[in-house]
Amino acid sequence: MSGNAVDQIFIRAKEWLLSLLIGRVPDWAVQIASSLINIAALLGVFLTLFALISVLERKILGRIQNRYGPNRVGPFGLFQPVADGIKMLIKEDIVPARADKIVHFLAPVLIAAAAILTLGVIPYGRNMTPFVIDGGILFFFAVSSASELTVFMAGWGSNNKYSMLGAMRAIAQMISYELPLIITVLPVVMIVGSLNPDKIVDAQGTYVFGFIPHWFVFTPWGATAFLLFFVSGLVESNRTPFDVPEGESEIVAGHMTEYSGFKYATFFMAEYIGMFAVSGLAVTLFLGAWHAPLPFLEFIPSYLWFFAKLSILLFVYIWLRGTLPRTRVDQIMNFAWKFMLPMAFTCLIAAAIWHYTGRGWRGWLWSAGVIAAVYFTLSILLETKKKFAPRTYRFAE
Amino acid sequence: MSAVTFAIIAILTLAAALAVATLQKLMHAALSFAVMFLGISAFFFLLGAEFVGLVQVFVYIGAVAVLIVFTVLLTRHDQEKTRGFNWSGVVVALAVFGGLIWAITKTKLLQSAPRPIEPITVHRIGELLMTSYVWPVLCVGVLLTAALIGALILVMEDKGQ
Amino acid sequence: MTLSIFLIVSAALFCIGVLAALSRRHAIFILIGIEMMLAAANINFIAFWRFAPSPAQPIGVMVAIFSIAIAAAEAAVGLAMVIAVYRHFRTTNVDQLDQLKG
Repeated sequence: MSGNAVDQIFIRAKEWLLSLLIGRVPDWAVQIASSLINIAALLGVFLTLFALISVLERKILGRIQNRYGPNRVGPFGLFQPVADGIKMLIKEDIVPARADKIVHFLAPVLIAAAAILTLGVIPYGRNMTPFVIDGGILFFFAVSSASELTVFMAGWGSNNKYSMLGAMRAIAQMISYELPLIITVLPVVMIVGSLNPDKIVDAQGTYVFGFIPHWFVFTPWGATAFLLFFVSGLVESNRTPFDVPEGESEIVAGHMTEYSGFKYATFFMAEYIGMFAVSGLAVTLFLGAWHAPLPFLEFIPSYLWFFAKLSILLFVYIWLRGTLPRTRVDQIMNFAWKFMLPMAFTCLIAAAIWHYTGRGWRGWLWSAGVIAAVYFTLSILLETKKKFAPRTYRFAE
Repeated sequence: MSAVTFAIIAILTLAAALAVATLQKLMHAALSFAVMFLGISAFFFLLGAEFVGLVQVFVYIGAVAVLIVFTVLLTRHDQEKTRGFNWSGVVVALAVFGGLIWAITKTKLLQSAPRPIEPITVHRIGELLMTSYVWPVLCVGVLLTAALIGALILVMEDKGQ
Repeated sequence: MTLSIFLIVSAALFCIGVLAALSRRHAIFILIGIEMMLAAANINFIAFWRFAPSPAQPIGVMVAIFSIAIAAAEAAVGLAMVIAVYRHFRTTNVDQLDQLKG
């Protein structure tokens, strides 16, 4: 299905650039040039988005807290990232004297590299997946699980007990939530039958009854899986309310304590790009990627739909940050192992039931029933038995 | 072109492997272990088995390397390096290498040209795992459960001592 | 890129694994050596699958997948044992772990 001219404008531009090279350089150089164009486009778009989100987040948080955000630099404060970037670049780079120089230097580089690698398999528009890999979803999870080792390198390379503790807590949190993250993706992969993101997007392209899109979030197992995936993504990117590894009142920036200047900015860039990647994957798997919600809206280009859905998810991330307090480490672990993991397995079973009772309204009712039954059982079993005594005040009467 | 790629990946992997076997600082050796597995995964990609390469990165670098690094941390007493390198190990390793090279060069391998690259698809692997290889999958499941419970019991602290 | 060159590289990796397992004195590094040997064997399996004559059986790929799973399980149990031994003897130097009496 080929889209209209505006939809494919980036693809045509890239083909034109490559056609300038084809006769003149050997074949392998054309392939390398093609990959380089993809990478340059990806980096350009997402680093600009990172800069924009950093200032928009501060403004939205400010509005939630009934104040203006930054509004001095540029119109409505939108050039704030430029000022922040210059500030970070001219700061002195302090490395602790007994830190392990190589490991200390490589940790932020590798974290940023892993985060940017995961961006490569997400379909951004029609025919616009940068690197089509047959096991694309597995590639995403493999690279993000390899980044746990880099968090450890950051904590250990600083030769600081608090960094080490922060790194171990961060890794414990990331490992615990990797399981729900992956198992909630399994129902989608099972129903579509492929790990290729393009095939998953194609399976969501049709419309039921002529106007309801066939996105997986509109099925009971899909809605539950989307919520669980979204929360796991929040935890994996260390965002409030799960930002124990980097909470300032807890552990003074955790594994990033001994980093200053540009390396600290690199850590934050890696965190935000991880956030973009997980949101992009959530949009691809559950929200229909670049498909339009209604048939007559398909004239709007596909990449605009993708970025609109991505922006909604990012807004929800920022909204949660401004609204919820931080959870404790043991509450986070309990939640992962005792609630999210059983619910994730229930989604898998519900998806299978939905498929085998014919994918119609009967499948809907059965799978919704299974999920509701497990949810109520878990909520009864996990009720904390503490009864709170009435509050007494010592000094205020 | 692919010969150059092969040479680079081979040199990287063997250098990381030598670093694991000989570095005295434990953490650096554990981190070179992760780099070595990245190199091995690149070999799998070169050979057309992409799924196995991805599973390798996921399991070894994401799980086994993290386990090893945590264990090195938990079993440190205040000296960083453990002195001690047994040189007779080098002799045995060289003897094994010599034997293997002799075996490889003396065997008449099939001289057919390699098939054109058809990387095996995930779909095919999934199909095989559920039809011809379903018993090994179930056995590996039981094995992993047993390993999980066993490892937990081994490191549980004895209460009341 | 012939079959022999892959086999030679995997033989070299295997021998470096033997070197790590035999010459290091820290218990964890002996386990690392064993993991390296398993990985070298995996490369062998996949190389033979790739260079097999045309109706290729996917057995090499399957065995490699199961081998990775089993190696991970074995690493987990081995490292748990190292931690348990360390708690008891306060050392991980295998030269000093030479008595059955606890």
